Amino acid sequence: MHQVFKRPVSLKDVQTHFCPGCHHGTIHRLVAEALDEFGLQQETIGIASIGCSVFLYYYFDIDVIETPHGRAPAVATGVKRARPDRFVFTYQGDGDLAAIGTAEIIHAANRGEHISVVFVNNTTYGMTGGQMAPTTLLGQRTSTSPTGRKPEVEGFPIRMAELLSGLDGVAFSARAAVNTPKNLMDAKKQIKKAFRYQGEGKGFSFVEVLAACPTNWGMNAIEANERVGREMCEYFKLGTFKNTAGL
Amino acid sequence: MAKRLLVRGNEAICRGAIEAGCRYYFGYPITPQNDIPEYMSREMPNVNGVFIQAESEIASVNMVMGAAATGARAMTSSSSPGISLKMEAISYMAGMELPCLIVNISRSGPGLGGIDASQGDYFQAVKGGGHGGYHILVLAPASIQEMYDLTMLAFDLAEIYRIPAMILGDAVVGQMKEPLVPHPRPDRELPAKDWALRGKSGGEQRYIKSLYLGDGELEAHNWKLYAKYQEMKAKESRWEDFLTSDADLIVTGFGSAARIAKTAVMMAREEGLKVGLLRPITLFPFPSAAFAERTLRCKKILDVELNTGQMVEDVRLSVARDAEVHFYGRPSGTGSLPTPEEILGQIKKYY
Amino acid sequence: MYMAGFGGQGVLLAGTLLSHAAMNEGKNVSFMPSYGVEKRGGAAMCTVVISDGEVGSPVIGNPSVGVFLNQASFDKYCPMIKAGGTCIVNTSLVDPATCAREDIEIIPIPMNAIAMEMGDARMVNMVAVGAYAARTGAVSPAALAEALKDTLPERNHKYIPDNIRVLEAGAARISHH
Repeated sequence: MHQVFKRPVSLKDVQTHFCPGCHHGTIHRLVAEALDEFGLQQETIGIASIGCSVFLYYYFDIDVIETPHGRAPAVATGVKRARPDRFVFTYQGDGDLAAIGTAEIIHAANRGEHISVVFVNNTTYGMTGGQMAPTTLLGQRTSTSPTGRKPEVEGFPIRMAELLSGLDGVAFSARAAVNTPKNLMDAKKQIKKAFRYQGEGKGFSFVEVLAACPTNWGMNAIEANERVGREMCEYFKLGTFKNTAGL
Repeated sequence: MAKRLLVRGNEAICRGAIEAGCRYYFGYPITPQNDIPEYMSREMPNVNGVFIQAESEIASVNMVMGAAATGARAMTSSSSPGISLKMEAISYMAGMELPCLIVNISRSGPGLGGIDASQGDYFQAVKGGGHGGYHILVLAPASIQEMYDLTMLAFDLAEIYRIPAMILGDAVVGQMKEPLVPHPRPDRELPAKDWALRGKSGGEQRYIKSLYLGDGELEAHNWKLYAKYQEMKAKESRWEDFLTSDADLIVTGFGSAARIAKTAVMMAREEGLKVGLLRPITLFPFPSAAFAERTLRCKKILDVELNTGQMVEDVRLSVARDAEVHFYGRPSGTGSLPTPEEILGQIKKYY
Repeated sequence: MYMAGFGGQGVLLAGTLLSHAAMNEGKNVSFMPSYGVEKRGGAAMCTVVISDGEVGSPVIGNPSVGVFLNQASFDKYCPMIKAGGTCIVNTSLVDPATCAREDIEIIPIPMNAIAMEMGDARMVNMVAVGAYAARTGAVSPAALAEALKDTLPERNHKYIPDNIRVLEAGAARISHH
């Protein structure tokens, strides 16, 4: 019998703790597929962040270090500088990367560290219970913006992929989503491109992936998935913002 | 006699670190330790090492975490306010059991304080300055030679006990110049780093973490750390004894304060007073047994610190029950460094 | 000993030179600088302890010798000199009458004037070191000359003969005295 679908070897055979309809599991799989397809499992060091992504080591069958909130790009810098022969990626959420870790991501990017960053943007703090994130959309209700985010009070959602693309140290920056089969296929291509950048020694690469957080959005899985396309893709445009090597 | 070099304390730390095989330095400028990043930026490239001036104290210590996680010898340095910023990562590394070196050439506080020599960071250093209840190895050099030797020792002990290590100095031992006799790192058997991240490379998955959520896991982890601290206390407590065997009064203090006190002790001896000096070299583990033993005979202790009284608490917990512990402190600031003559006055007061 | 002046007078370099010379002679030595937050023009001061035995404290309250290159440092530190001690004073910039002490010896030397005579006003620190070494015998003239190599950056080694001449000129003032 010809096997058409199987678990990537870079993922472990375990059940996730993610909520129904959460996109983390899907994004984990895309990352694992990319690692498998480039044959990177045995030489990868993953950098986990704080949030729902903290259990990276539990789902991925790769070496992993768990880092303080927001500091993954700095830890990745230390790992990569000490082991330039290893493949190093961070996996970070929006609170981690775009709020508390803003300095670390900007400066790792600006130094052009040879690392890859997978940034999962679900417009909220997932693990702590749905508080407002720097990427929370205007008007979006969260547990700390109960009447909706107001620009005059809380400012505007940050577009990290565009922001980082303005730095000379960044070689590749893109945004993808996993809400439709087409977007999912594109997301995998973008992740693979980002990984190729590192593999070929071409510099810092960044992929933002829009994701659903149905539990904290107060939606079911289908509604949440639809919101990604309807609201998030409107504000956070999908596409490639920088591709210096034209991969 | 081996060739002596006249070097500044901060430079002695760098030389010791490089001799100990440290090839990864991550830092951020702050007075009075800037000689360290400046030296490392110049010298690391010559030994195929890495120097990064990070965007913050926080980033620099997290870079240390990353490099240390691969088994490399890595270090950062800073001064008091910067060390406060590093505390989050130090707590993580204590939990992760990652060996590394953090140098604190401390300055006066609280807050921005000043740039003068201070010992106001004793509590922060030895009591687990970050959250969660942990300890790190803390060494307090009192000479330029010790800045060099203890830096090498710190890297070794950090690996043996899988624990972050700190050199706690100040502007006196950091800025002063004295002759240094450089020498190779003493041979010491070190455990294999079977925990270091390397990419699976055909082996079992490795991960480094400080999060323990399973029933009883975190408690067990904390008891394991506790056992390690007890072992360090038994095996690694270090101190200097100077004329204590017949002393009627023992002066104590660490680092620069002990150095100043030593001259006061010599002056007292010249006047016929039986005074000695007991100087803790490891602040964690604190050499409690040395205090307990010496105060069985000598009942007077005078503790001198550049603060309002920090190490004195550990001294009081360590001495024999009937020993008197007196304290003389000068919280630091411009013009507040005590002189040997001043400490001699205190010795006479309590002798 | 204390050596003090204002930033730019070469006080710290002079202290380092003395320390190198003492170390090269096999003595123990500590050099402890203290200076203002400003990079230039602030107060500059160092304590040098030279000993055949262990140095002990690098900080001292009452030194036996003080070398003072400006009025402010003389006024501040002259009262701290140990009774029976010595003050070597740069009378080009200091009026020693401001510290009326009978119990110490004050050696007036117009250091700026001598440095100017020798052709370089910047070498005022070398006049001071030469005088100090001659007065105390803490280090030999040969050790000082040798230590210039360790103390001056390579690019300034061409000035070593000039420095030695000024060290000698400083020492000569002690024999006159």
